[in-house]
Amino acid sequence: MAVAADSVGVVTPRKVAIATPLLLACGRVLPGFELMVETYGVLNAARSNAVLICHALSGDHHAAGYHSADDRKPGWWDSAIGPGKPIDTTKFFVVCLNNLGGCRGSTGPTTINPETGALWGPDFPIVTVRDWVASQALLADHLGIDAWAAVIGGSLGGMQVMQWTIDCPNRVRHALVIAAAPRISAQNIAFNEIARQAILSDPDFHGGRYIEAGAKPERGLKLARMLGHITYLSDTAMRARFGRMLRDGDGQYNFNYDVEFEVESYLRHQGNSFVDRFDGNTYLLMTKALDYFDPAREYGDDLASAFRTATAKFLVVSFSVDWRFSPARSREIVNALIAAGRDVSYARIDSQLGHDDFLMPIPQYHAVLRNYLDRVAAEAGS
Amino acid sequence: MSVSLRPDLALISNWIAPGSRILDLGCGDGALLAHLAKTRQVRGYGLEIDDDNVAACIDAGINVIQADVDDGLAEFADRSFDYVVMTQALQALVRPDQVLAEMLRVGREVIVTFPNFGHWRVRVALLGGHMPHTPALPANWYDTENIHLCTLADFDALCRDANWQVLERALLDRSHRTGASIRVAPNLFCEIALYKLRLPG
Repeated sequence: MAVAADSVGVVTPRKVAIATPLLLACGRVLPGFELMVETYGVLNAARSNAVLICHALSGDHHAAGYHSADDRKPGWWDSAIGPGKPIDTTKFFVVCLNNLGGCRGSTGPTTINPETGALWGPDFPIVTVRDWVASQALLADHLGIDAWAAVIGGSLGGMQVMQWTIDCPNRVRHALVIAAAPRISAQNIAFNEIARQAILSDPDFHGGRYIEAGAKPERGLKLARMLGHITYLSDTAMRARFGRMLRDGDGQYNFNYDVEFEVESYLRHQGNSFVDRFDGNTYLLMTKALDYFDPAREYGDDLASAFRTATAKFLVVSFSVDWRFSPARSREIVNALIAAGRDVSYARIDSQLGHDDFLMPIPQYHAVLRNYLDRVAAEAGS
Repeated sequence: MSVSLRPDLALISNWIAPGSRILDLGCGDGALLAHLAKTRQVRGYGLEIDDDNVAACIDAGINVIQADVDDGLAEFADRSFDYVVMTQALQALVRPDQVLAEMLRVGREVIVTFPNFGHWRVRVALLGGHMPHTPALPANWYDTENIHLCTLADFDALCRDANWQVLERALLDRSHRTGASIRVAPNLFCEIALYKLRLPG
């Protein structure tokens, strides 16, 4: 494989052990935990150029580059992270982790509970966005980073960014909140509930102890992912990409339930490939973290009050055809920030795909990110 | 927008109290806000629809909100700004009267500029039977963005009818100078008008 000049190249994740006990929102305490972490670029002497990337529902620590020379696919946000890219690794020290409760190496349902010696499985506590921020703050301590030059995230990642500015106001200089919402709607919770029910009602779920049972709730996880993918695409994008196209070239209906329309084939493929890399219990708790996120709740349902102690400067970005986290929801964030007197810029990107656009290299989107982050880099002295 | 500050923008900044909160509608590349931040220590936000201008504002470190002024200001709370400013965009709006009313709801004071359609060059062109091409209004009738042009007299009438108080007014030629002829016959010689308005009481 020839590595492109703007790629971070082959990267190796590492496990960071945190020995500090973490009191979770649910009231339980994790005596210690491990986080799977990838970093790109170099931390400067002043330790002022660190950028944290927060991942979304199904993301992980592998945001950019390749894990081996024959890796087919780069990290999930490789389009934006690398030398000369908007999140420029020649200027920033970029940190990305697999969140607590994840299934890609960090402490979570698929790791061993040291107290019992058994897999955590369904006993792993349901963690919240606030818990993630607290765990990420301990990671920052471990890395010797007092304050992030920027914390950046899309979707559920954007929610972590907001929580950072509220919970650790002095540790975030810039907050980039992309395709997010101040809290999710009833419709959004409803989608998550169907996804959870698909997993919970799978006969192979075994009350969450499926690994011990030598099983995996594949059908449920697959259905959950198929549903998710429908909500990540706009109606227009689905029409353009699949229309009513049939897989067989003869144009005849088969009068059976096999894969027939192209869109069915796409969803099944997405579902199947997800099952290989994801865990049912993790999916359950990630969707719950999404449902619970509501920083205004502790401030009399007034989001502006929640942001009043924040000191970060904000960039909020939305995508025109994203209906899962629509531009109107981003405007709610912006309005609250303006009411709180915070510095904020907001870009509404004309887009094609839907919620997934936040991962795409749309020229205007990347121009906005680049312009913003160039200033952040100059400020950080990198 | 030009690189150096337009003279009308310099004039506006004289109308702005230091340290105030500003909303600039149609802020372009953010030149006014950048100037006001430097000279008047204002905290401000610009509203701008154009992609390139939004990117330029972000590049300049100006707070910019990408939105269409024609969609209204419903997202902004009553009296949430000291000043709401709009330069050279009023005549391009679908309902300038409604936007002005909204500006007066959101800001304690409103500063607005517009080209005067009563200028003698415009009148001469119309007498000749054609829509005007003037230095202040160079576009053709069919491709102009200016869909709601008005004269000084029309704007004064709107303020009177709507019961908006005119706090200050500056009438300029296209070089942004004031002069004797404008003082004698403002609606004939003024090319660019600046108004500062507020609700009565």
